[in-house]
Amino acid sequence: MTESRGGEIDVRDVSKVFGMARFAKPVVQDCSFRIKRNKLTVMIGPSGSGKSTMVQLLAGFETPTSGTILLDGQPVTRPNKDRLVVFQETALYPWMTTFDNILYGPKAQKRSDGSVVQAAEALLDRVGLKQFRNSYPSQLSGGMQRRAELARALINKPAVMILDEPFRGLDAMTKALMLEYYAQLFENSNSTHFFITTDIDEAIFLADELLIMSNRPLQVRRTLEVNLQRPRKLTEIIENDRANQLKMTSLAILHEEAMKSFVSGHRAAADIVQAYARRYGQPQ
Amino acid sequence: MRKLQRRFASVNEKARTVTATSAAALNPRSGRSLARAAAAIVILVSFWEIGSRFNELAGVPLPMIGQIPAPSRVIVAWYNLLDDPGYWRSWYLSFLRVAAGFSAAMIVGIPFGLVLALSRTFYLTAFPTFEVLRPIPPLAWVPAAILFWPTQELSIAFITFLGAFYTIVINVVGGARGIDARYVQSAYSMGATSWNIFRRIVLPATLPSIMVGAAVGMGITWEVVVAAEMISGGGSTLGRGGSGSGGGLGFFIWNSYTGGSYEQIIVGMISIGIAGFVSSSIIRYVGKVATPWMNVR
Repeated sequence: MTESRGGEIDVRDVSKVFGMARFAKPVVQDCSFRIKRNKLTVMIGPSGSGKSTMVQLLAGFETPTSGTILLDGQPVTRPNKDRLVVFQETALYPWMTTFDNILYGPKAQKRSDGSVVQAAEALLDRVGLKQFRNSYPSQLSGGMQRRAELARALINKPAVMILDEPFRGLDAMTKALMLEYYAQLFENSNSTHFFITTDIDEAIFLADELLIMSNRPLQVRRTLEVNLQRPRKLTEIIENDRANQLKMTSLAILHEEAMKSFVSGHRAAADIVQAYARRYGQPQ
Repeated sequence: MRKLQRRFASVNEKARTVTATSAAALNPRSGRSLARAAAAIVILVSFWEIGSRFNELAGVPLPMIGQIPAPSRVIVAWYNLLDDPGYWRSWYLSFLRVAAGFSAAMIVGIPFGLVLALSRTFYLTAFPTFEVLRPIPPLAWVPAAILFWPTQELSIAFITFLGAFYTIVINVVGGARGIDARYVQSAYSMGATSWNIFRRIVLPATLPSIMVGAAVGMGITWEVVVAAEMISGGGSTLGRGGSGSGGGLGFFIWNSYTGGSYEQIIVGMISIGIAGFVSSSIIRYVGKVATPWMNVR
């Protein structure tokens, strides 16, 4: 993985509107941010805020209504293997074995020589799925499926790896394990990662840079530098003062966002407002 | 779509029981279910035997079942037919027609369904016509088919084809349209070409639905071929010496009816049951082999 070079993404005044004229629904509005080279940028925002739409735009599955997305200075217009997406829950192909899933990308690009097969074997070993080489995804546990998916993405050595809530739906124990595991993979790789989540602990544990997003339409509310030492351990991060401070700051911003949308009648915001009030005793 | 999935689940369930019967010797649990299945047949045959012989046994003829020849007499009639080449020729002819109509339906239906599912323009163009033709029962096509196909054989095969065609197309369309968009998107982002995505993502993702369509279509094919054989006959106009077209198990039943051989009617009916069961088993087996990921835990 060391020879891969990370890319840098520049999102400039991007807007995405679904629907036409009277029924226009702006999902992303004048959104600008930067995904720095070889860093792990985490985007956190309430569910339904348009984060997944941003993923579609970054990957090139959708085109922005206005604004531009640049990858190393080149505008992004369509999907390409330099920007790889790992989706929510699993998108492994059920009809391929673990090994075939991992090899799908290289094979589709017509480079399935011996070195690629070797790389796949090595990756399989690295994600601890050697015994499950010939198993179908339905035979793997949730955690194994996510690891297989990471391996399937990593073999393509993308310039930017985009992960859209990849660990959603895992139980707490497995999720903690996967987080440390993923952090390690990132630290050993030399590439740019963009990670989307709704979980603040996950966000702070992983991030080099944290983008706190508004509710729909999506905009960056605040960019926080998370300068915690790597490699990180979950147990250390929990006790780290700087991390906790960042968490409080982020939660305050998220709460403020939720309050705004709550007032304007956004139903989902009610939960976060209530939870915040209960935990931190805020008025209202 | 959910209905199809449910139907699919039940097809899968059936597939499992079929293999269970073949593996009966190894597994005591399936051994028991095999015994139960055999017991059900024995009980049914016993009731039938007693029912149709009730007049001899108790002097009171039972309605309906009293008119049906007893299984013992059917078996005798069947035994006498075993060395009758005409009986086996009926099997052969029906199988041939089913195979022809069914294969044609698969060969035409699968690509047609895939194009319907993948091309919006083609869907909007062709689907309304398809939907108007679909409710017409295959048997309503019999007179028209006889008129516009040059031979009787072709018209029967055509009607058989129609029986399976609609079901296969509907299943293929449902399957191909229901593919998780993330599968296609992630393939694109891994640098795959559209052709590769079609071959390695769309086709395998649709395969389970194709197999459901095939299994259901096979059942309909047998229903249709028998009725078509009865209607278009065989002996009267085209059977000349029994060597021409016509015939088949459907015609065998009809011929037995007009000839007054009621035992043979039952023989024909059971033969169709066996033939249908065998064909469906073959389809299920092929489906199981073609979609190995569907049967793992």
